[in-house]
Amino acid sequence: MSAAPDTERSTESHDVASDAPVLEARGIVKRFGHVEALRGADFTVRKAEVVALIGDNGAGKSTLIKTLSGVHAPDEGEILVEGRPVRFSTPVDARQAGVETVYQDLAVADDLSVAANLYLGREIVRAGPLGRIGLLDKRAMRRGAAEALSQLGVRIPRVTTPIAMLSGGQRQSVAVARAIIWATSVVILDEPTAALGVVQTERVLDVVRRARDAGMSVVLVSHNMPQVLEIADRVEVLRLGRRAARFRADDVTTDELVAAMTGSLVTETDER
Amino acid sequence: MTTVDHTADVPARPGDWVRERLSNALSEFTAAAALVVLFVVLSFASPHFLTADNLFNIGAQTAVIAIIATAQTMVIITKGIDLSVGSVAALAGVVGAITVRDLGFSIWAATAVAIAVGGVAGLVNGLLVTVARIPPFIATLGTMSAARGLVFIITGAVGVYGLPESFQLLGNGEILGIPFAVVLTAVVAVGVAFLLSQTRFGQYTYAMGSNLEAARRSGIPVGRHLTAIYVLAGLLVGLGGMIAASRVNSGQPNYGIALELDVIAAAVIGGASLFGGQGRIIGTLIGAFLIALVRNGAVLLDISIHYQMVIVGLIIWAAVYFDQYRRRRLESRG
Repeated sequence: MSAAPDTERSTESHDVASDAPVLEARGIVKRFGHVEALRGADFTVRKAEVVALIGDNGAGKSTLIKTLSGVHAPDEGEILVEGRPVRFSTPVDARQAGVETVYQDLAVADDLSVAANLYLGREIVRAGPLGRIGLLDKRAMRRGAAEALSQLGVRIPRVTTPIAMLSGGQRQSVAVARAIIWATSVVILDEPTAALGVVQTERVLDVVRRARDAGMSVVLVSHNMPQVLEIADRVEVLRLGRRAARFRADDVTTDELVAAMTGSLVTETDER
Repeated sequence: MTTVDHTADVPARPGDWVRERLSNALSEFTAAAALVVLFVVLSFASPHFLTADNLFNIGAQTAVIAIIATAQTMVIITKGIDLSVGSVAALAGVVGAITVRDLGFSIWAATAVAIAVGGVAGLVNGLLVTVARIPPFIATLGTMSAARGLVFIITGAVGVYGLPESFQLLGNGEILGIPFAVVLTAVVAVGVAFLLSQTRFGQYTYAMGSNLEAARRSGIPVGRHLTAIYVLAGLLVGLGGMIAASRVNSGQPNYGIALELDVIAAAVIGGASLFGGQGRIIGTLIGAFLIALVRNGAVLLDISIHYQMVIVGLIIWAAVYFDQYRRRRLESRG
């Protein structure tokens, strides 16, 4: 077995990521009635890294993501952003703390333009009294959108194009870009390429890489093991509501990931 | 920096910009063309059509439909619908008339009361949709019945007559030869068009109709915003009801039955989508004018009210079919 568990020592040698976690979940418990979806789950994201969160169906991935993005409040445990404990009661709280989430299919408003989508809920208004009644500064938003998208390498015809006229890959790229633009610490992507073709997937992953290179931390939920190994710096495996294993992506194989997901390989010691 | 080859995806083509603009305005063009054709046909078909009196009449008739259709358009953009507009307009008109007859209110004070009545009805609709979470179709169906019932209770099912000449100002008055109602319509239309296209309020409206969940997760206070839209729509319906009452110089308990069909038709003909997220006031104005012309032309050509209903029904079918066709084409590009 060549897989090195991602212990404290091995992350020190990681040349891009710094040690301090930007987002950390400790001992998260979440119950739905009698069902315990999370049973003391831990999760760590460091600066400027792509962490893949994987696990079998029912392992608690979605619940953990929703807890980190403010959709669910945890029953026990704590969440820390940049080392400070936080409480998210709504997704807006999470966003204000710098954590942006892209859900599989709910991210964009089809009838609105690309620029309007990027600024949705954060519109730029004109200066002065006209701004107070909500008069939009559309030109500033168009300019800002074009600039941000070109930095992330997202290619779309024009920022005034309605989302409905874009391809699936372009649409998802816009959704991901939107999260990256506004996030100050972490972007969570829930199966961002599940519905996309090969070329379109590559475009989205390219956007993720650029964001990481610019210092953003990214959490990627995915079922696609080759993709996970291609893009992630680290992999955390969730099993039965708990973290079962952590790996550096460059010294783990797909077989080992699957083994960890199914429970035949455990690298995390049970402290509780 | 390595980039991925994007050529397999949809690249920007020079014609895209034009196509985008066209698809936005396609239903507006179509409706405007139908309007022009109908106008020309009626000019030849009836000697009474192009008279000053008749054009004034069409203007005032268009005004009521246009103002209420403007309200309807806002609601439709949010993916809602307001079936209560006819009943609420009748209620507003009747209450306005009663305040003049029994309380000696001026026409302006009565108009303010009528608008407020519409606003209260809108608030009820809004709270039913957002707080009680009743689908708009059902919520406003209930309001449609309840408001009509109130009208009959208040009036004893008898029209409110005996109003002073001044009551006719909104519906039959004029400024520099232009019907006062048309001026009011222009003010309302410009105001709402500005609100929808240039402000954050408008942006939220389209966003909610397009993808409610995305809007909510973007931090838009969707419940409050939706309620505000129903209230604003109600205020406009109140104004429309007052103009309608003013035109006939009385409060009519039977006014506005099936009015919702005309205004929904006007909105949809003008490009508002019943699937939400789309619609512009300029289109709705064209649609309202078209509906008013159909009504007027049918009267001039002595086509019975029954055939008028069939014609409006056909127009609604065509407009909705066109809307769906447009949606499908847009989505098949994705």
